[in-house]
Amino acid sequence: MSHTCCEVVQERVQEGDRKVVLAGNPNVGKSAVFHALTGVYVEVTNYPGTSAFNDEERVAREVILAADVVINVVDSAHLDRDLFLTLQLIDMGHPVVVALNMMDEAKANGLAIDVKQLSDILGVEVVPTIAVKNQGIDTLKAALDRARPGRRTEAIVRRLPAGIESPSDALMVLEEDEEICQQYSTARGGQREEVYRLRRERADEIINQVVSETNSGATFAVKLSRFSLHPLGGLVLLLAFLALMYQVMGVWLAQDVVGITEEWAFGEHITPWIVGNVSRLISPESFIGQLLIGEFGLLTMTLAYLFGLLLPLVVGFYMVLAFMEDSGYLPRVAVLVDRLMIKVGLNGRAIIPMILGFGCVTMATMTTRLMGTKRERTIATFLLSLAIPCSAQIAVIATMLAPLGIGYTALFVGFLFVIYGVTGMVMNKVLPGESSDLLIDLPPLRLPRLVNVLQKTFLKSKSFLTEAGGIFALGSVVVAALNAWGVLDMLQSGLAPITERWLGLPRETANAFIMGFVRRDFGAAGLYDLNLSSHETMVALMTITLFVPCIASIMIILKERGKKEGWVIWVVDLALAIFLGGVIHRLMFWA
Amino acid sequence: MTLVETHPGQAFIITEIADDFARLQAIRFGIAEGARAICQAIVPGGPVVVRKGKQEMALGRNLANRIQVKPVEA
Repeated sequence: MSHTCCEVVQERVQEGDRKVVLAGNPNVGKSAVFHALTGVYVEVTNYPGTSAFNDEERVAREVILAADVVINVVDSAHLDRDLFLTLQLIDMGHPVVVALNMMDEAKANGLAIDVKQLSDILGVEVVPTIAVKNQGIDTLKAALDRARPGRRTEAIVRRLPAGIESPSDALMVLEEDEEICQQYSTARGGQREEVYRLRRERADEIINQVVSETNSGATFAVKLSRFSLHPLGGLVLLLAFLALMYQVMGVWLAQDVVGITEEWAFGEHITPWIVGNVSRLISPESFIGQLLIGEFGLLTMTLAYLFGLLLPLVVGFYMVLAFMEDSGYLPRVAVLVDRLMIKVGLNGRAIIPMILGFGCVTMATMTTRLMGTKRERTIATFLLSLAIPCSAQIAVIATMLAPLGIGYTALFVGFLFVIYGVTGMVMNKVLPGESSDLLIDLPPLRLPRLVNVLQKTFLKSKSFLTEAGGIFALGSVVVAALNAWGVLDMLQSGLAPITERWLGLPRETANAFIMGFVRRDFGAAGLYDLNLSSHETMVALMTITLFVPCIASIMIILKERGKKEGWVIWVVDLALAIFLGGVIHRLMFWA
Repeated sequence: MTLVETHPGQAFIITEIADDFARLQAIRFGIAEGARAICQAIVPGGPVVVRKGKQEMALGRNLANRIQVKPVEA
C-alpha cells in the first residue's frame, strides 16, 4: 500500500549468514527487485521508515536495525524524496547498496542522473536497475559483496550522543526514537527536527549536483494523475472505479463464482462425500462426530465456508486491492474523501481500512495501525466492527434483499450510511484528544504489472488462510460443542425476549445471531430458511450487519486495541446492534 | 498567505509550517520550509495537493491553513 512514508520488505534474503533487508518508499519497486534477486516473490508490507511515527513504522525500524546489509531501493524519478531515507540508512552506519530503480521512468520524465558521482558522494555502490525488466539485477547481486557503510552526514555525526557503541542506536537516540531512548534511559534531546533539516539540506545539495532535467513534458500518467484529483473528474473516476469493483466483487465473485464453489462443489459434492466417508468410521451422533461432520463441524462447515465461500471472495478482493496499491490510486482516493472522513473524526487515509473492511473486517482492523493517533484507531476499529459488512456478508445480504425490490436495498444502504455517520460524529465529539490531519505522499500513477498483482494476491490469500483459518476452526469447534451439549437451544429460549419482543422476529432467529458470532455472514445465512416477511428480513439483516463481528475479528480487536478497550467495543457494538434493530423495526411501521 | 489561499498552478515558497509533526514529515518528503513548490490541485473544501519537482503530496485543509506561503513567479 502506498500510504505511508517509507517501507521495508519484511522478509529477508538469507545470504550465507547475512540478513539482507530491502528498504524504500512505497511504490518504488522493492517487490520487483526482490523478485528479480531471488526468483521468489515476497510480499511488500507497508512497514515504513526508520523513525517510528506510527505502529507500522515501529515494526520497520526493528527489521532495519537487525539487518546486516540494506538494499535501499529508490525511485529514480523521485530521487529528491527517496534520498532522505538513503541518507538516514547511511547515517545509521549499515552497509548499504543503493538500487537506483525505474531508470527508464526517470528518462521518460526527462531526468538524467550521474550515477558515478552519486556513488562517490554517498560512498556506497549505486546500481541503476529496471527491476521489472530484470535489468541491472546481476550487477546489484555482485554489488552486495561490496556493500559498505557510506559517508555519513558530518554535521549529524558530530551531534551523536557519546557512550553508545552501536552507531544506529546512537542515531535513533539522537532522532528521539522513544523505545531506543528508553533502552539507554536517555531523555529526548530535542534535536530531531534539526537532524532532519540537516539531512534534507544535504539531500537537496546532492540532487543539485547529480540530477539534471532535460525536458519537462507531461506524460499520460501525469495527465491522468491531474485528472484523478480534479474536483469533477476525480469524482467521475472514483465512481467508475467503485462500479467496476462492485461488478467484480459483488456480482461475478459473490454470486457467480461462489455459486459454483460453495453451492455446487462443496454443497453437492465435497461435503456429502466427506460426511459419507467419515460416518462409516465415526457415528455422526457422537460428540466427536458432531465436532467433525455436524452442522458446525470442522470438515463440513469450516471447510465449505473457508474454501467454498471465503477463499474466492478473499482472492478477488486482494486482487482488486493489489491493483489499487500498485497503480498508486489508493492515496488519491484518500485525498478525495478526506473532507467526509474528517466529520467522523478520521482523515482520508482511513479510507484504506474501510475499503479493506468490505473485504474482511479482520484484515482491515489490522491495517488501522497506519492511522496517526490512538483516537483514530479506536474510531476506525469501532466503525469497522459496527457498520461495515464484509464481502461474504454482503453476498448473503444482497441475495436476501434482491427479491424485496430496489427500495429495500436503498433503505438498507441508507440506514447503514446514517448509522456510520452519526456514530462516527458522536465518537468524534465524545472521545478526548484530536485526530491527525491528512498528510500523504502521492506516488506516480502507473499501470500495475499483472504478474505482480497475481503474486501479491496469492501471498495475501495464503496468509489469510493460515491466520484466519485456525481461529475460524477454533470458533467452529466451540459452537459445535455448545450445540452438542444443548447450550445453543438454551440460549435460544433465553434470548426470546430480545428476538420476539424487542425486534419483532421469530424466536429461531436467535440461532442466526449466535451463529453470527462465528461468522457474520454465517449468521445472515441462518436467516435464509426462516421464511421472514419483508419487514422482518430488513430488521434481521440490519441487526446482524451491525452485530458483533465474527470470532476471528473479535480476537484481532482484542489483540490490536487491548483487552479493556476491545471488550468495551464488543459490548457497545452488541448493545447498539440490538437497540438500533428494534428502533428500525418500529420506524418501519411509520414508513 | 496560507496554502489554502493559493490556486492550482501557482508557485510559492513555503515560509512556515505551524505543526510539529507535519514539519518533520514534510522534511522527509522534501517539501519543507524554504522549499519552492507549486499548488497542483485543491479539492473543494478538502485537501491541497502540492508538487515539488516530480513529488506530489496532499495536505488536509486544517493543516494547509497552518502553512504560510509566499507567492513567486512560476
